[in-house]
Amino acid sequence: MTLELHPGECLSLVGHNGAGKSTLMNVLSGNLAPDKGRIEVAGVDITGCLTPQNATAHGVRCVFQELSLCPNLTVAENARISHPSISGIGWRGDARRLIGDKLDEVFPGHGIPADDMVSDLSIARRQMVEIARAFAVTTAEARVVILDEPTSSLDTVAAKKLLDHVRSYVRSGGTCVLISHLLGEVLDTSDRIAVMRDGGIVALDRASAFDRNSLVKAMGSVVEAVTDRAAEAAAVRDTAPVVVQATPGASRSSVLAAHRGEVVGLAGLSGQGQTELLVRVFDRAPGTTVDGEVALVAGDRQIDGIFPLWSIAENISIGSLRTFLKGMFLDRAAARDFADSWRDRIGIRTPNVDNSILSLSGGNQQKALFARALASPAQIIVMDDPMRGVDIGTKQEVYEMIREEAAKGRTFLWYTTEMDELRNCDHVYVFREGAIVADLRRSDMSEERVLRASFRADA
Amino acid sequence: MNMIAAMFRQPWLWAWLGALAAWLATSAFIGGKGSGEVMSAAMTFGAFFVIVALGQMFVITLGPGNVDLSIPACMTLAGTVSMKAMDGAATMIPVGLALALLVGAGIGVLNYALIRLLRIPPIIATLSSSFVFQSAAIWWNRGLRVKPPEALADLMTAKLGGMPVIALFVILLTIAGHLLLSRTIYGRGVVAIGQNMRAARLAGVKTERIRATTYIMCATLAGLCGYLLAAFSGGAALNMGEEYLLSSIAVVVIGGTSVAGGFANVPGLWGASLFLFLLVTMLNTFGAGAGIRLVMTGLIIIGVIVAASGGRNRT
Amino acid sequence: MSGFFSPRLLRNLLPPLSLAALLVAIFVLQPRTMSYFGLNLLLNLAIPITLATIAQMFILCVNELDLSIGGFVSLVACIVATWLHDTPLLGIAALAGLIAVYAALGALIHLRNLPSIVVTLGMSFVWLGLAVLVLPTPGGTAPEYVRTLMTLKPAYVPFPIIASVVIALVVHIFLMRSAWGTVLRGAGGNPRSLERAGWSILKIKMTMFALAGFFGVLSGIALVGLTTSADANIALRYTLLSIAGVILGGGEFVGGRISPIGAVIGAVTLTLAGSFLSFLRLNPDWQIGAQGAILIIVLALRVLVSRAEKRQ
Repeated sequence: MTLELHPGECLSLVGHNGAGKSTLMNVLSGNLAPDKGRIEVAGVDITGCLTPQNATAHGVRCVFQELSLCPNLTVAENARISHPSISGIGWRGDARRLIGDKLDEVFPGHGIPADDMVSDLSIARRQMVEIARAFAVTTAEARVVILDEPTSSLDTVAAKKLLDHVRSYVRSGGTCVLISHLLGEVLDTSDRIAVMRDGGIVALDRASAFDRNSLVKAMGSVVEAVTDRAAEAAAVRDTAPVVVQATPGASRSSVLAAHRGEVVGLAGLSGQGQTELLVRVFDRAPGTTVDGEVALVAGDRQIDGIFPLWSIAENISIGSLRTFLKGMFLDRAAARDFADSWRDRIGIRTPNVDNSILSLSGGNQQKALFARALASPAQIIVMDDPMRGVDIGTKQEVYEMIREEAAKGRTFLWYTTEMDELRNCDHVYVFREGAIVADLRRSDMSEERVLRASFRADA
Repeated sequence: MNMIAAMFRQPWLWAWLGALAAWLATSAFIGGKGSGEVMSAAMTFGAFFVIVALGQMFVITLGPGNVDLSIPACMTLAGTVSMKAMDGAATMIPVGLALALLVGAGIGVLNYALIRLLRIPPIIATLSSSFVFQSAAIWWNRGLRVKPPEALADLMTAKLGGMPVIALFVILLTIAGHLLLSRTIYGRGVVAIGQNMRAARLAGVKTERIRATTYIMCATLAGLCGYLLAAFSGGAALNMGEEYLLSSIAVVVIGGTSVAGGFANVPGLWGASLFLFLLVTMLNTFGAGAGIRLVMTGLIIIGVIVAASGGRNRT
Repeated sequence: MSGFFSPRLLRNLLPPLSLAALLVAIFVLQPRTMSYFGLNLLLNLAIPITLATIAQMFILCVNELDLSIGGFVSLVACIVATWLHDTPLLGIAALAGLIAVYAALGALIHLRNLPSIVVTLGMSFVWLGLAVLVLPTPGGTAPEYVRTLMTLKPAYVPFPIIASVVIALVVHIFLMRSAWGTVLRGAGGNPRSLERAGWSILKIKMTMFALAGFFGVLSGIALVGLTTSADANIALRYTLLSIAGVILGGGEFVGGRISPIGAVIGAVTLTLAGSFLSFLRLNPDWQIGAQGAILIIVLALRVLVSRAEKRQ
């Protein structure tokens, strides 16, 4: 694929989770080196020599989703960090003026004092500072400004101001790349829209050539057929008792309920409150009713899951240590045999469970985490997008196992960002901005309905 | 062949090899005469370091930021309180011991309460509490040096089959510590927390309960060490714990325990404390002054940590 | 809506208020301290502690910790009382070398990604050992000019007060107000963002460690000026005092949140807390305990303030 950015245009990137938007942006900002392909600026090939440090000199500015301000500095001081030319006597006044003027220009009436500590600002205000800093110009001009979900934490008024500014910036000859899941603002603001899926661009055209429906269609894959399990799933929901009941953090949300033996899917874009809900169920936080023990399968293996210094056997058995107690002490041989038997059952590809967990591939590490949860006595398993970066073969094996365990009466809460996996669920709740916005039975579930619910209809 | 390779991967090996080398060098220098006494002294003095280092090891294993800085104050307070309570009476020996352990446990509870309630890093919590405990010890002591009961003092220097009794006792204690670390739910929990606190919690480890237990156990061991050391050295002195602050951390690190947490090693504690003592003895017999000994100790600590580091991948 | 008693203001006022409360208590208990000589006596020892606290603050600002500053100040004191007095050139070269070692430590910790707590722990043995080598038995003589400087008797305001204010202002202007200092602090707050903007974290760490070494040297010089002689253990307790002083002054362990003025106030508060009890005519045994208690009380107050802040 080739993506050309012209001066004086705003190009939007849309796509579902993992479509490759953020990766593309990281390549453009020099944070990731491209595996292949070229980056040219004004006809000059700069592939390989683009670093975050000189991206600014090339006129590329980024506003990242995770904010990159220093929380211990003031607004003006943060401007100094990314604009090294501000220095010398009276630098503080220059920095204040630079960031203050830009804030006034982009967000008139913002009310952010330039001498306030960033950590004391609300998320929305931090986002405004970050955006204003990217548009501010000292020595190098801002030729391309990349905005990754810039309005996600802004209210509608501030978002409107930003989009207006994008238009006027574009009119004055600048280039803007806008990544957003708010289809309304994408359609209104951009000159062209690129729809991404699976790391490639599947549609690229003038914004006026799209409407909301055609965008959703382009983001999804081919039409699906309703599977035959629909009837069976409905039966479970009607007869089995409820074992988990939980309400997400946001007000005005429906309640999530899971029945015994059910596989319940939590869908929506990533970071819409699904993980938080799972952790609350795991912690039995106030506002949740949980009937039975809970085990969790972490999605972010490195942060939430594996113990890197331990063997595979130790990583599996930590979830069910109580069962190996012989008097005061743990029976290590039993724990090892136990891990061994689970290796065979779940198909972890290793000659020896005493090998380090890091000797396994990502997919097999994930299997070990599944083994930890499934091997535990817990009857409720919550899964936090566990299949991220796992190969398709492993996925099929795990899906099969989840169905088997559910048939035996275990209950699964399954947060997933992949549309395919929702087909394995009996019931699906779609999350948006911390709330449940759709409650879909198996028979009603379709990719289009999930997408429609995931992307806010208004705005 | 494989077994030898496995041997060389044991983290405690280097501390033990170092101890052995220092002992051999000392023995060679003094012509073999008295090398047994040197070892015996090393076992006795090393034992005291091992007691506090055992507790410190569990604390450090909990992960970055976890260090107990109140160990010296705790030792001094437990030592003075118990010596004063016994007042040299042999019948009071068990009472004194119980008091020392109680003082330690109490300090541990207070430390953990500060960590939890003030939500401050353990290093600052134990630092500020140690000031208070140190003062309490000074106030309780009133400059007096109460002698330990004679029977207790004798026990400290007694030998059983050529081995100091105190060393035998601490060997039993370290075996218990080793079992606690590797064979109990508690021990597994400590190691899991040290590797990744969030993952441990999500794997069902009772993280706060384990952290509390660890701080209480560490302070209790310090209290025990204060009691034994006071009995050994003829009474509690106000500065008796001083060198144990940095040394307890040094013994843990040289012994092969990961200072980033998540990996602990009990045999290494003995190797490291013998090594540190024998190194000092060796330099002593070579005629090196205190200055050289301290510089060497420091450089070895830094050398160990540089050798053990794998480069830029701290989390 | 920056209300007059907003939690943020309260948080910033906590260190000076604790110092003021302590001073008032001392004046009430012992009115004679409210004189030129009384204050001079009361605050004299605060100068070296303040300087050591500032040194520790530079290290904490980049999310590291220095367990060796006490040993370092002791070593400097020994060098000042011997070499700097006898052979000034050698003394100056040695002190400059020590600062270079500090910068190298910063580089080592950053490049090898070592835990600073263990490296500085090892260094504390090294400093102490070197101090013993330089000055095996307590003694030495302070150079005359150092002695003169530390016993200055300026009109109206006692020297320790002037010195503390000057130290606080100089460091404040450099670290909190200058363009350079802003970058140095940013490295504690969000190192990734700094790297993205093209700054070198290695250089920043080395600078901060060198600054810590520099202030450690100043602390040692000031200490010898007051005590006129030195010994190898003279400043060992500065390690814990300096950490406590930074925290007391509103600094935090991570995130580059520090305050030079607060650190100076914290150090002075700790010094005063030590002598406070002797004025209470209570047991002087509780001197160190009072330092600990004040630290705990201030930290507890801070928790209360930040809770109020969260509720707002």
